Amino acid sequence: MALFSISGIRIAGMAACVPNTIYQNSDYKWISKKERELLIKTTGVKQRRLADDKTTTSDLCFTAAEKLIKDSGWNKEEIEILIFVSQSRDYPIPSTSCILQDRLKLSKKCLTLDINLGCSGYVYGLSVIASMMQCSGIKKGLLLVGDISTKHVSYRDKSAFPLFGDAGTATLIESSDDKAKIGFNLQTDGSGYDAIIIPEGGMRNHISLKSFEYKKISPGIYRHKIHLVLDGIKVFNFALSEVIPTINELLTSEKLTIEKIDYFILHQANLLINESLRKKLKLPKEKTPITIDKFGNTSCASIPLTIVSELNKQVRKEKLKFLLSGFGIGLSWGAVCIDLDSIICPELIEY
Amino acid sequence: MDINEFIKKIEEEFSDLEPGKLKPESKFREMFEWNSINALILIALVSTEYDITLNAEDITKSVTVQDIFNIIKSRITK
Repeated sequence: MALFSISGIRIAGMAACVPNTIYQNSDYKWISKKERELLIKTTGVKQRRLADDKTTTSDLCFTAAEKLIKDSGWNKEEIEILIFVSQSRDYPIPSTSCILQDRLKLSKKCLTLDINLGCSGYVYGLSVIASMMQCSGIKKGLLLVGDISTKHVSYRDKSAFPLFGDAGTATLIESSDDKAKIGFNLQTDGSGYDAIIIPEGGMRNHISLKSFEYKKISPGIYRHKIHLVLDGIKVFNFALSEVIPTINELLTSEKLTIEKIDYFILHQANLLINESLRKKLKLPKEKTPITIDKFGNTSCASIPLTIVSELNKQVRKEKLKFLLSGFGIGLSWGAVCIDLDSIICPELIEY
Repeated sequence: MDINEFIKKIEEEFSDLEPGKLKPESKFREMFEWNSINALILIALVSTEYDITLNAEDITKSVTVQDIFNIIKSRITK
């Protein structure tokens, strides 16, 4: 069971960057006004940020990282690990993390790694960077997490288009003398790999001219094979059955209770999933901030984006106990229990 | 558990429904504009209230409110 803890590592700072273009879902003319209203009410997504055709995830992460490194006063030479978590890389190959090492002017002594995960990506990325730093003795690291998911979806697919938003984030990780532990619980169920999938364009189903032929799937849903497919009912049932036991197992192993956690940051999937999870876990609303209304589902960026957007002032001044939970594509999910103690956290950046 | 209680919960969740109009024998697809979002709302309601998972097949093969209720009941007593 991937239930473990790491000590001697802390989060030193967190920043998030979103494109400045706002898309209002009330303007989504592909479906009727009545359906739009029901969709906004159920998914909770009123508006979201859309990257233009020239902007990549790495651009958003780079901007967040530059600001954060400047505010922290860190010497770039000291950063010896960079991890980039995303499902929207600059190129099929090479890894985007290599490009970011150069662009950020980090030392050649820096190890870099791409991780291909979506909604669970922040929790997984944190576990990898913290583990590697702990066993290597590296003192300073940079975790860049984000996605431009809006380019993966068909405009004529009402089941996916109105849900997603774009964002990039940066988190500074450093070694610390503090005895506080970071507890992780990470899990996978690959039998649900097709619940969220882009079917063609990889090695299993090569890209061809046919890949771009639009097909009617059902009323209001037209897409081709390079578009993202989202099976709403499968994802909903997965989230409702797996996320809660994973959180409860982690709380038990960390000898914690819900009352002792200051904030629960759940991946912002959609309001129906998030509210169902919150009610079943019996979490108070004020401990469970929501940003799905402003940014939509921003994939792996949603957890740090929610902290930066909603709790910016608190995390700068106080020591707070967080439980972060990411879940989705893979199917992959995980939870982490971590303290944020007076971290550097600039206001949300617009690109 | 009682079907009238279940109907009451459905009426609270779907504000479009006129109270008292939904009956156990009602065909839920005809009661309001049925679509995939409404299916998800119903699944969420059943999951939160009864801790029972309904899948896509359960919804597809059900015609009336009673059909859905029977599935929930069979899983609770298991």
